[in-house]
Formats: sequence, C-alpha cells, structure tokens
Amino acid sequence: MTNHPTIQLPNHPTTQRLLEVKNLHKYFPIRKGFFRKTIGNVRAVDDVSFFVNEGETLGLVGESGCGKTTTARCILRALTPTSGEMLFRPKAGQTVDLAKLSRQGLRPLRPQMQMIFQDPYGSLNPRMTLFDIVGEPLLVNGMKNRKERTERVAEILRLVGLRPEYMQRYPHAFSGGQRQRIGIARALALHPRLVVADEPVSALDVSVQAQILNLLLELQKRLHLTYLFVAHNLSVVKHISDRVAVMYVGKIVETATTQALFNSPKHPYTAALLAAVPVPDPRVRTGNVELKGEVPSPANPPSGCYFHPRCGYAVDICRVQAPVFREIVPSHFVSCHRADELKLQGIA
Amino acid sequence: MTENSSTQVLAQELEKAATQAEERVSVASNWQLVWWRFKKNRLALFSAAVLIFFYLIVLIPDFFATQDPEATEARLVFIPAQALNLFDESGLHPWVPAVVGKRNPVTLRMEWQVDPTKKVYVRFFGSGFKYSILGLFRTDIHLLGLEDPKSEDKIYLLGTDRLGRDQWSRMMYSTRTSMTVGLVAVALSVILGVLLGGISGYFGGWIDLIIQRLIELLQSLPTIPIWLAMTAALPQDWRPDQVFFAITIILAFIGWTTLGREVRGRFLSLREEDFVLAADLAGCSRFRIITRHMVPAFMSHIIATSTLAIPVMIVSETSLSFLGLGIRPPAISWGVLLQEAQNIQTIAQAPWLLTPGLFVILAVLAFNLVGDGLRDAADPYGH
Repeated sequence: MTNHPTIQLPNHPTTQRLLEVKNLHKYFPIRKGFFRKTIGNVRAVDDVSFFVNEGETLGLVGESGCGKTTTARCILRALTPTSGEMLFRPKAGQTVDLAKLSRQGLRPLRPQMQMIFQDPYGSLNPRMTLFDIVGEPLLVNGMKNRKERTERVAEILRLVGLRPEYMQRYPHAFSGGQRQRIGIARALALHPRLVVADEPVSALDVSVQAQILNLLLELQKRLHLTYLFVAHNLSVVKHISDRVAVMYVGKIVETATTQALFNSPKHPYTAALLAAVPVPDPRVRTGNVELKGEVPSPANPPSGCYFHPRCGYAVDICRVQAPVFREIVPSHFVSCHRADELKLQGIA
Repeated sequence: MTENSSTQVLAQELEKAATQAEERVSVASNWQLVWWRFKKNRLALFSAAVLIFFYLIVLIPDFFATQDPEATEARLVFIPAQALNLFDESGLHPWVPAVVGKRNPVTLRMEWQVDPTKKVYVRFFGSGFKYSILGLFRTDIHLLGLEDPKSEDKIYLLGTDRLGRDQWSRMMYSTRTSMTVGLVAVALSVILGVLLGGISGYFGGWIDLIIQRLIELLQSLPTIPIWLAMTAALPQDWRPDQVFFAITIILAFIGWTTLGREVRGRFLSLREEDFVLAADLAGCSRFRIITRHMVPAFMSHIIATSTLAIPVMIVSETSLSFLGLGIRPPAISWGVLLQEAQNIQTIAQAPWLLTPGLFVILAVLAFNLVGDGLRDAADPYGH
C-alpha cells in the first residue's frame, strides 16, 4: 500500500488545511404579517469557526436542532451563509472563500466537494437508473462519452461494493444499505477531496451501519478523502473521526482530537453527551450526569452561556457573560468559564 | 429416478422464473410500475377501454353514423328508436324493425310505431353516404348500412328529433365536439397551470404571492355567471369553430387554477428533496434539475389530475350549451342535443332525445374511474 496516507496529527507541520471556516453565521429570518416584516432571526449557525485538515475526519456532533446540518449545508453552499468565511483550498490555484462565490463561480469547484445524505430513500431519484444516478455528476461535468461514463460508473460501483451488472436497475430494487452505497458512489464519482457526510448511517440498521462506516474508512485510505462527518451518535463518531467538534445551539463549544475529547472532556455539555453513551458492560456505572430539559430555541437563546440553564456546574458569571472559545491545552478548544477548574469524566 | 430429476428440473425452472421476475421489477421504469399498478384496477381498465372507444368515435364519427346528421325530413319526425336485432329465424342476419306511421284521428299528427313483423335487413360495414376519413381518403363504408342500399328504408337506431334528423348519427358527431372540448380545454389549462404554478413554486417570493392571489381571485369568482358573461361577449357572427375555440379557452382560463396550485405545491416540496439537492451539488444546471428531476417526479400526478379535470370540462360545456350559451347550432355537442329535450312535452313524446345525457354520464364516470385509478397508481414508490 504505497498510497496509504498516514493519519496526520493536527498542527503537525506538514498538515495542510483543506477547509477553514471562520465566524460562520446562518440566520433564518422569522417573518410575520402581510408585508412579511422580519421580526426576528433563528440563529441556526451562530459564529462557528473550525478547520479540517487534508486527509482527516472531523466529526461534528450535537443534539437535534443544534445546527450541524445547517453548517454542513452552508459549507457546500446548498445554503448561502449570512456572514463569515469558508476558505477552501482547491486542487489547483488559490484558496477561495466559498461564502462569496456565485452559483456560476461554484460550479468548477463542485467536483471537489460532495455530500453523502442521511436518507438513503429520499436522496436517490426513484425515476433514474443506477447508471443515470451515478453517471449524472460525470455527465454534467463534461464526460459526454457514454462508453467512458459506463466504464467509470462500473469502476465506482465496484469500489463501493456493488456489482456493475446492477447499472440498469432502479433504486427501488435495493435495500437501505445498498442505497447508501449508491449515494456514496455518486458522491465519489468526481474524485472529490472533501466529502461532507450528513449523518450517513443514522437511518440504517445497526448491522449495516458498521459496514458503511468501514467502507467509508476504507475509501478514505484508498482515495485520500477528507471527511466532515456530521452525526449525533458518539460511538459512531469515535469510530471514524480524528478530531471532533461539539455543537450546541448554533455554536461550537468544544473541539479536540477524538482521544482527548473522549478521555478528558472540558465542557460540561460534552461530558453529559459522553455519559449518555450506552456502555455494553452492565458492571460499569457511569457518573450519570443526565441532561435535563430541552435544547433552547435558537430563535430565543438564553443569556450568557447558552448551556447554563441545563448545566450542573453553572455559576453566576455563566448567566450573564458568554464564554470565550479558547485553547485550554494545545489543540483542545473549549468555551466554558470553568473549564480549568472542572474535573469532568470521560469514557476510555 | 426420472421423477426425482424432473422435480429437480421443475424446482430449478421455478427458481429461474422467480429471479427473472425479480430482475424484471428491478429494471422497471417508473412508467412500467405505474402501468402494472393501474392494470390491477379492473374497473379503471374497463373505463379506459370505454374512453378509447369514445375517442374512436371522435376520430371517425362518420363511420359510426348511419345518416347525414344534418339531413332533415319533415315527414319523419319523432320516429321512435329501432332496436338492432342480430338474428332472424334463419340465423345470423341483422335487422331492425320497420316503422309504420299512422295519423292520429284526434290530433291529426303522424304517429310512428315500430312494427317487428316487418324487418329491414342491415349489414355491418355496409355502404352509405360518402365521407372522408381524417381528410385522407374518401369512402362510403359505415359500421351499419342497409343490406339493399337502393331501398327507401332508413335506420333510426335512436329515433329522430322534431326535424326528422337521425339522433344516433347526431350523437356520434356531438361526441366528437364534446369530448374534444374536454381534452383541448384541459390541455390548455395544463399548459397554463404547469407554467404559472411552476414559476410560482420554483421562484417563490413576490411572483409566488401575485400568482397565488390571482388564483384565489379566480377561484372566488362564481363560475356560472363568469361563463355567461364571457360567452355572451363572444360576437354573434363568429363561425361555429371559432365559438368552439373561444369556449375551450374560456373553460381553460377558469380551470387552470386547481392544477396551478397542485404544481406549485409539488415544486415547493420537491425543492426540499434530497435528490434535487444532490443534483444541484453535482453541478447540474437549473434547467436540467427542473426537466430531469422535478417535472418527471410529478408528471404522473399531473396526468391523473388532468384526467379528473376533463369530466368537469365536459359537464361545463354541456351545461353552457344546454343553456344556449356555449356551442351553438349548427355545430352540435351533447349540450346542444339536450337542448332538444328541454321541455316535458318532448320528453314525454320522445324520451330517446335524452340519450346524450346517458353519454355524458358514461363519459364522466369513465374519466373519473380512470383518473382515480391513475391517481392510485401514480406513486408506485409510496410507502
């Protein structure tokens, strides 16, 4: 395996940043009345900054409605961000800010960043054959020759573990796991560098989840892919990610290497999420810091630290002042006033 | 040994057949799946056959007619329907009973009755008046003709009206008008509905706002007075075919709103579908996304909805013409024919003049059943 990329540590001198997101905001206006006056904003993504190194997997986790998917869709410009920068380093040429590009300007970059969807049913057009689904990205990006396309589609189908003979079949002939493989094949058809996977296994049976995750890991090695992996299942994230970013109500509250984050979380929210991970050992007793209450509405977030109403460690300052996102140990970022003093329990 | 091997062979054959069937489903396109589901609905299938027959009449009404629909005969008014008999004593030999007239000594009117003892022999594909098929070639072959073309007898399968015109032949020609009005009006409203609904749903914003308010306005208008006003505004000296097209446009102008809303709704929901986003992220152009991904996704629904819209158009045209505001004589439609049956005296004297009503019921029912069947079959992927 000569092209086996070594997993590079963050901040290693040779690592290169493929994507750097700076102060990303995405507000959805709330309109009301006949004249549709804006009376407020849903702050789905509220000042998010992170980076993804080439060849690594960044896991983006959080509860439902915390803005993970919105962040992912902003990066691929399925949504136009309200403000912020998304610096992407293309295969050739200058780093570009994806947030500023027009629809036309984005087209040449499309082949380099692709998406894997959560729902293996809704994401495949039921009226197209496998050949049309996987071949469409090739066709619209200039591969007009049908024979050439057929060969390429066959190659990709083999790559994701499907038989090329299935090419003339329609999606209804396949199971959920197979459909997800089709979705992966479509995403990889154009040799992308960045793959945004939006909960790619959460709609699948547990038995199939592992197969798809291992396929994703294998493809990463073979094709030198970079993943932004959105998920809410921490065991899945632990399995696949090199680094993890934790989101809460539109903000990133903690980011660290997977090992550091799982062993010694610095944010009470991360600790609470880790405590909720089921441990397959009946003798292990977790600290059981159960999360109380609901995720606050991003249209009307709490004062100070957004997490304080649910936080067991909240003190007065948490109620009034928003914490700063800071590097507490090298390459371990957290936004919590009490991060230095708290001793939070992780999972090994 | 032979028995054993033959069961083995049978099992292999069965297995092969099963995998072949599975393979057939795997590569079946959307339209094939829709057809397979539609086929299971016997009633809809039968209705579809009825409609095909109706449109056969639309194509060549002259072939089904037995006489010139415009030929009047002052003496032969209100002749009752002559039933077609296939057999006589000697075997297969189709005939209709002759009619005999008697002057009523009180009212001094001629009164016609069928006399089953006197037979007028007819034959299928016999000759009659000359006509041209679709303007291509001329012929005089009709579905039903007199066995002896030179005889004075006539076939009145559905009797005659107050001017002695053959009701059956008039029915055939009116079927052409009425069924075409429905089809053309719906075709026009589909074009309007898909265009305006699509624009409304795809672009959204203030364009959507304007189109939606326009639809609400059109839907809030009471239809009958609007039709009356619009048809009354048509110039009196227009030719029948001009009136015909004006009527279809008027019907379509009011009728597109429901379709427009449906298309808009489809566009709105499809815009959020993952496979549309996937096409966008793959770098497809907007035109390609609309034509390859969005329109095919709701095409079967549009066809089902428009099939259900055709009977509404047919009934609208019939009622307008019945009121004397739609298609005007000498052009004939079912509504025009029903005008003849507007008073109780006529109905009492010549109930066969109500037969266009039966045709309307039959056509409307058939369209509705086919439309329902299509609607059920339209989404073969539904869970």
